[in-house]
Amino acid sequence: MRLLTHNMLASNVRGATTGYPLKLEAAKWVTKEVELNADFLRGLLPKIDWRALVAATRALGLPELLPEEQPPEEEIFAEGAANVEGSAIRRIHHALLEIHVQEGSLVCPDTSRCFPIDKGIPNMMLHEDEV
Amino acid sequence: MPRPEFQAPPDVFYNESEARKYTTSSRIIEIQSRISERALELLALPNDGVPKLLLDIGCGSGLSGETLTEHGHQWIGYDISKSMLDVALERETEGDLLLADMGQGLGLRPGVIDGAISISAVQWLCNADKSSHDPRLRLKAFFGSLYRCLAKGARAVLQFYADNVKQSEMIVTFAMRAGFAGGVVVDWPHSSKAKKSYLVLTCGPPLISTSLPKGKGENGEMCSDDDDDSSDEDGEKTVGIYERNRSKKRQKTKKNGKGKDWLLKKKEQMRRRGHDVPADTKYTGRKRKTYF
Repeated sequence: MRLLTHNMLASNVRGATTGYPLKLEAAKWVTKEVELNADFLRGLLPKIDWRALVAATRALGLPELLPEEQPPEEEIFAEGAANVEGSAIRRIHHALLEIHVQEGSLVCPDTSRCFPIDKGIPNMMLHEDEV
Repeated sequence: MPRPEFQAPPDVFYNESEARKYTTSSRIIEIQSRISERALELLALPNDGVPKLLLDIGCGSGLSGETLTEHGHQWIGYDISKSMLDVALERETEGDLLLADMGQGLGLRPGVIDGAISISAVQWLCNADKSSHDPRLRLKAFFGSLYRCLAKGARAVLQFYADNVKQSEMIVTFAMRAGFAGGVVVDWPHSSKAKKSYLVLTCGPPLISTSLPKGKGENGEMCSDDDDDSSDEDGEKTVGIYERNRSKKRQKTKKNGKGKDWLLKKKEQMRRRGHDVPADTKYTGRKRKTYF
């Protein structure tokens, strides 16, 4: 599971008000390189919940990857920024698309229901009494 | 073979061996990728080369997701069968996979997804596989959560196999109740095998630009096949005896075989069913030399 998906995912357990953001507890994660596409990120960024993304990177033990506040868009999508090592767009791309959480769990903030992640696949199945 | 929906619940039916069978059969792979291509076409994403974030509901082993990846899109796949997702892992699909039951809702933040496809999955919602399942509630939860997570103006294309008209009506009704605009597009309606129904849904009010696309093989010549039989057999019709009730000897056999008209009619019929049929030329159904 990439952090992109984690950013979109909310729990729908009975009793959860928003079920968002799910608290990430990662036991194991890997990185896989993906080609950067600025157009995709431009369309995606308004939909990203920045605070949840930052919290997720912190949970992975990467406190320096992203700043607390989202940088302004002009800075992120500045001409040629995609080719500069360590630029904001590179970091965002890395955080969203290149980090794959392999083992761990997602915890619902409202009900503390734990959704285990096994081989990179979160198990979001609910029991009959949780629907 | 009855359809899989009638055999067992999806998480039970698609066990390890069935999942493997599904993904190694070249026939299924071909059908799946052809349906996903068509679904992506119906999704009508803006043709600007920008990748989108899509959902694949009932992604299984990721056959349909592969088509999305080929077009450069990022996708999140939902499936209820662990074995199918394991195969998807083996195949190293690009999208993210979630083990979830679509009848319990998708559990996504509102307005974040650019489009959704689903290949042969929605009809499973019409089954009640557990005592706690109510198809109506599950359809409602599914379409409600799908509507919420899609961005405004985004589309969802859900290919499904309805068992009967009622089932298909039920699915469409719940989609409309959730707030979607759209309807069912049927490809190759005259063929029993190639016929495919796609539920094309748009998030938000219906616009001219979101009008329903046409199904394939749905041209004007929809007349039923037995209308034009009578042309040269009027004499027999008045007698009122079925040809096959006559004794073999008395049956009128035409000297020249079935004729060009019959041949053209048959070719048209096969074309409407979506088969590959050679074009009609001046050689079609021509007279042959008589041989001894």
